Amino acid sequence: MKGKCWKFGDDVNTDEIIPARYLNVTDAAELGAHCMEGVAPEFAATARAGDIIVADKNFGCGSSREHAPIAIKAAGIQCVVAKSFARIFFRNAINIGLPIVECPEAAGDAATGDLLEVALAQGAITNRTKGKRYSFPPFSSALQAIINAGGLLPYTRRRRGA
Amino acid sequence: MGATITEKILAAHCEGQDVTPGAYVMAKVDFCLGNDITAPIAIEQFEKSGFEEVFDRSRIALVPDHFTPNKDIKTATLCKQLRRFARKHDIEHYWEVGRVGIEHALLPEQGLVGPGDLVVGADSHTCTYGALGAVSTGVGSTDLAACFATGEVWLRSPESMKFTFRGRLPRWVGGKDLILYTIGRIGVDGALYRAMEFCGPVIETLSMDGRLTMCNMAIEAGGMSGIVPPDEVTRDYCEGRLKREARYLRSDEDAKYVETYDWDVSELSPQVAAPFLPSNAAPVEEFKGVEIDQVVIGSCTNGRISDLREAARILEGRTAAPSVRVIVLPATRRIYRQALDEGLIATFIEAEAAVSTPTCGPCLGGHMGVLAAGERALTTTNRNFRGRMGHQTSEVYLCGPAVAAASAVTGRITHPDELEG
Repeated sequence: MKGKCWKFGDDVNTDEIIPARYLNVTDAAELGAHCMEGVAPEFAATARAGDIIVADKNFGCGSSREHAPIAIKAAGIQCVVAKSFARIFFRNAINIGLPIVECPEAAGDAATGDLLEVALAQGAITNRTKGKRYSFPPFSSALQAIINAGGLLPYTRRRRGA
Repeated sequence: MGATITEKILAAHCEGQDVTPGAYVMAKVDFCLGNDITAPIAIEQFEKSGFEEVFDRSRIALVPDHFTPNKDIKTATLCKQLRRFARKHDIEHYWEVGRVGIEHALLPEQGLVGPGDLVVGADSHTCTYGALGAVSTGVGSTDLAACFATGEVWLRSPESMKFTFRGRLPRWVGGKDLILYTIGRIGVDGALYRAMEFCGPVIETLSMDGRLTMCNMAIEAGGMSGIVPPDEVTRDYCEGRLKREARYLRSDEDAKYVETYDWDVSELSPQVAAPFLPSNAAPVEEFKGVEIDQVVIGSCTNGRISDLREAARILEGRTAAPSVRVIVLPATRRIYRQALDEGLIATFIEAEAAVSTPTCGPCLGGHMGVLAAGERALTTTNRNFRGRMGHQTSEVYLCGPAVAAASAVTGRITHPDELEG
């Protein structure tokens, strides 16, 4: 995956990713149109398909609203990299198949506009703009099984032999 | 080596699996829930995936509490989805407007969650039920959809942190102040992925309402869960109320904690958390004189009867400052009725507060008290993120019911001692 970096700071919360005034719908495209509105109002209009969100610590804290990773995915973001993720956001992203990577070094160095390359299978991030390469550990086998199935519901169906 | 209460409860729900902290497990839940924001996505996912039956219609709660009574056509449509699913699957625990309450006040009150349980809810404040000695945690809508189908959830077994509170609680200091102080000390990700165990002499004397308030905000420190070891207070609360058998468990003496804190809170001031993080907590004295436009007393954090009593004690015989709009939201129908019987509702109305049917409304900037540009609220809710209650330039300060009530009277952030000294 190659894409342009949008860099955010610490503790970006899910109210910022998708404010509650938009939680009266479940439609992904509508949610995507307001993605990151609480922290960067210009984001949804200017982000391009394939861009990558990069943040410092505790990305996605606060509310459990799955509308947050849904909005990010619908805005065309192909991957989120952060120093750390809030717990519920992390599981929501895994469950819906939004690729996320915890890599403190890569997240700390990246700046908006940098060209990043993320190789999930290899556990590697390359910052082409800065000419630096980083590695991250693989997911546990339990999470990898959910990811490989394409998300929690396909995984659940498979487990039940449906 | 001994185990924590959290590890014991998880082990009891993960037969044959390793529940060592850090391990991933597939756990059987006792109960799961969703609301009018999160459950519609779960329902859509459940149906899209071709599931036809729920795992147990008596172990699911659907609680339309966030945008109810419905604020617009879109939210009415979300509730209609919930209603249709509840009827189709004959979901036992579903409440319409008039009967519904705020989920995390309603479920414990109705005896649907209890000691030893494993509960997941598609709402981040599901951690509230840890006050009863349960492992209870927030999940997402897709998690809930899978749980509807199987009664199971994947979890990462958490490390535990132990918080011991000693001394004697000063006047006007309660569960909200203790948890704001805790979050202030460890930060908004200080308990990331972890279980927060609250104990010590102060917790032992804290009411169940105060314990529910504390566990409610474990998520504001990033915690997976908050938990209070069950004791006589727990037994008294559960007796004659709990619909299932309670399993009273406690941590072993030699249980392992990744971090421990031991605080004497005898000198603690009532706490206020400034915008825009709950960790910006400091003694109320530091905010003296900050002018406010709105006060909200209620929510899953502080909408219970003891919260209303505390607020009414200060508002009795007084009126809100002319510049302040005061909104009081009893968290459930039963609490509302009890407040009415005790004369608290009359006190609020005489104080010129708006008293509403239970709803999460203003807490998340949904309805019933949205802020305009530049406005400032002081509230007993749980989050003060930028734009949380409305416009991006509005501000939210968090506090307990006593500070909220005293400040409603003066129109600025006020220590209750100023009025009741």
